[in-house]
Amino acid sequence: MRYWLVISALVGIGVLALGSAARAAERERVVNIYSARHYQTDEQLYAGFTKATGIEVKWIEGDQDGLLERIRNEGRNSPADLFITVDAGRLWRADQSGLLAEVRSQVLEARIPASLRHPQGRWYGLATRARIIFYNRQLVDGEQIKTYEDLADPRWQGLVCIRSSSNIYNLSLLASLIAHHGAAAAEAWAAGVVANFARDPVGGDTDQLRGLASGECGIALANTYYFARLMRSKAERDQALVKAVGVIFPNQNGRGAHVNISGAAVLRTAPHPENARAFLEYLTSREAQVYFATVNNEYPVVGGFGGNKTLRKLGAFKADTINIAVFGENQAEAQRIFDRVGWK
Amino acid sequence: MARRLRFSPLRMVTLVSAALFALPVLTVVWHIFLPSDGNWAHLAATVLPRYVTNSLVLMLGVGAGVLVVGVATAWLVTACRFPGRRIFEWALILPLAVPTYVMAYAYTDFFQFSGPLQSGLRGLTGWGPQDLHLPEIRSLGGAILVFIAALFPYVYLVVRAAFLQRSAGILETGRTLGLGPGQLFRRLAVPLARPAMVAGLALALMETLADYGAVSYFGVQTFTTGIYRTWFSLGDRVAASQLSAGLLGFVVLLLLLERWSRRRARYHRADAGARRPARFDLQGWHRYGAAVVCGLPVLMGFVLPALVLLSMLLSLGEFNWPSHYGDWISNTLLLGLVTATVATGLALLIGSALRLGRSRVLAVAGRLAGLGYAIPGSIIAVGVLIPFAAFDNGLDSWMREVFGLSTGLLLTGTAAGLVFAYLVRFLSVSLQTVNSGFERLSPSLDAAAQSLGAGEGRLLRRLHLPLLKGTLLTAFLLVFVDVMKELPATLIMRPFNFDTLAVTAHNFAIDERLAEAALPSLTIVAVGLLPVIILARLIATSSTVAAAGEAGPGGPGFGLAGPQAMGYQGK
Repeated sequence: MRYWLVISALVGIGVLALGSAARAAERERVVNIYSARHYQTDEQLYAGFTKATGIEVKWIEGDQDGLLERIRNEGRNSPADLFITVDAGRLWRADQSGLLAEVRSQVLEARIPASLRHPQGRWYGLATRARIIFYNRQLVDGEQIKTYEDLADPRWQGLVCIRSSSNIYNLSLLASLIAHHGAAAAEAWAAGVVANFARDPVGGDTDQLRGLASGECGIALANTYYFARLMRSKAERDQALVKAVGVIFPNQNGRGAHVNISGAAVLRTAPHPENARAFLEYLTSREAQVYFATVNNEYPVVGGFGGNKTLRKLGAFKADTINIAVFGENQAEAQRIFDRVGWK
Repeated sequence: MARRLRFSPLRMVTLVSAALFALPVLTVVWHIFLPSDGNWAHLAATVLPRYVTNSLVLMLGVGAGVLVVGVATAWLVTACRFPGRRIFEWALILPLAVPTYVMAYAYTDFFQFSGPLQSGLRGLTGWGPQDLHLPEIRSLGGAILVFIAALFPYVYLVVRAAFLQRSAGILETGRTLGLGPGQLFRRLAVPLARPAMVAGLALALMETLADYGAVSYFGVQTFTTGIYRTWFSLGDRVAASQLSAGLLGFVVLLLLLERWSRRRARYHRADAGARRPARFDLQGWHRYGAAVVCGLPVLMGFVLPALVLLSMLLSLGEFNWPSHYGDWISNTLLLGLVTATVATGLALLIGSALRLGRSRVLAVAGRLAGLGYAIPGSIIAVGVLIPFAAFDNGLDSWMREVFGLSTGLLLTGTAAGLVFAYLVRFLSVSLQTVNSGFERLSPSLDAAAQSLGAGEGRLLRRLHLPLLKGTLLTAFLLVFVDVMKELPATLIMRPFNFDTLAVTAHNFAIDERLAEAALPSLTIVAVGLLPVIILARLIATSSTVAAAGEAGPGGPGFGLAGPQAMGYQGK
């Protein structure tokens, strides 16, 4: 029995030591990031911040829902300072769970347009991407398609390719349609698009674009950065694809093209809130914004193309300015609509 | 008898670890009793029937496929002589090194409409894009193909061992009575190996059910993808957990089936006759037919994916070694080694306890500890996060109140927490392996040792450990390979600045940079090859030593993988 006493005592001491070590971390010059962006190169961004401020960046990159679940369970002891996502809906959900802190910053408010941030500063957009229409120049007359609504037109039967309905970009698009037209009209639209499918939804956005190039699809929906990446690719097959495919920024005479954000939020339980805010502000600096544009072909929130020639070539467009929080509010409804109309 | 009722460290270890490792699973099951957001009616009316049908069709297709491929190849390499037999004997387990999600990327790239196969065919024949339509690879049928190619080795391993050990003598008797190879196969070998077939089948089907990566990439809506969608898109964790509990129902059915199939199986054999099975010399085209039958699965399960990945890598043009490449490998190895060591050690302790103290409580505990195998990794991860974080936060509050000290998160977000999640998922692999190793040791050995006054500890050290060396190595390697391929739990639970090969491959793939995902994917295959080759060497050794003791088709638990799977004989 004496054995066990000694062991328990040792374990107890170990726990205490570890605990105080963990608390010591609070005073460290560190910012802890839970990021759903998974671009290996984001490390350059972190390094830039460390260089500018001396604050070390620690990160976990993972699946946004999993990370959110982790933060939620870690509770008040969560080490997470900043949560970075690639979709506004997730930020909305984190906010609904009461996880996000209000951050007031004149820098952020001056740099980021109001539609791309939370009214009370609970999250901020950092870069945007538009979800737009692409078509095969031989199979489809691009002049005939002006809007997302056109995709449901029966004349495009057997031509439309788009990925699965559990994909967050599709959920956010339908959520925006619900906001603009109401749930019933959105459901009719989704049913019309399903009736026009060239094939069951498979693969990612790039796969839909490849489907256009091979002639399997006539019309596809994809995010801008996937296409821009192909435009910048040196591979022969990618260049052939870019030549064969036409680009349509939808709803330019109306509300504008659907845009989503890479966004970030400071957590209510953040152990280093000041460092987190500094990092947020850094992400809107010229250096970081140019990085978003250069490395991942995203549009800087501060405006312009961030010196990205490909984005410039793709052209300026009018973006939908509805506050992107609605993507989150309508997400579950959007999923139910997709389920009902049989959009796999 | 009094010995069994006494407090024993072994029994304590068993009960405590069973409770610990069952905790995440029970956390999931517990959600059955919670009210959900009312998404059930919606699910039942829209997608649930499709989830269930797809999962059932998937299981049927994969089940039939792995059985046919696994049994046919196992029979050919054990009972026949044909060109390349000795190579196929070990090459047939190479697909174990390829994760299913990696195989899905590779198959898509190769078979899809815009891929090299179909483009090549169109180029060759001059057909236009609308003329030739091979079936879409990213479909239910394609998923079945991928799972068969990836998972048939489980059946192959178990059945091959059964053919080697269980039936060598009987088969010879059959031969002397004038049965040809076909008749022997149908009338003796298959009926004798049936329990082993079901054991391998259960293993393959559990992997199929738990898979998320491959099916979601293929856009096939199964029970597992349904769980994710309910949880994430509908934001209803309770309904998602209830679906997971439903998935557990499938699993329990599988396990019952497996137990039922070997209800009358005997486990150990008193004699230790070493007999090498005689092989049929195949004649004429049969020789090459056999080589093709064995070669095709190796081609589909290993050669093709490896080549596709390689060509993707080369297509990158400019190639730079990623700066963290070494870290990815060392992190992967570290997690694999630690988890496999702990899993093997625990399995030995639990196995011993089960063997020495034949009590119902212990048997149930052992079974509970292995339930996690068929549950998707991210569900396990959440099942681990909930109690762990609750423990951490509870302890923290208590320490603050009593000592005014904050302990923060001690377990959550550490490598230890991640290893724990792995153990929840993969402990059953080592447990089953070790258990069925124990089954081959005659209990009279223990009785003899005990009558000579050996206590539990001595028995374990001096008898079980040396006798089970090979079995333990097998268990270690199997867990290692599984951990290396694990993705969803790793994604959610890993510590800061800690990437593994699987995580990196996934991050590239989900960002639709398949060519860049090729390097980490290939590395997983390469790193996984090492343990698989060691396994293969064990196999080669075992085919020359014939049955030293009858291998039961499985352990007292679920009898999933076993050293009988490797056909390894403890020396």
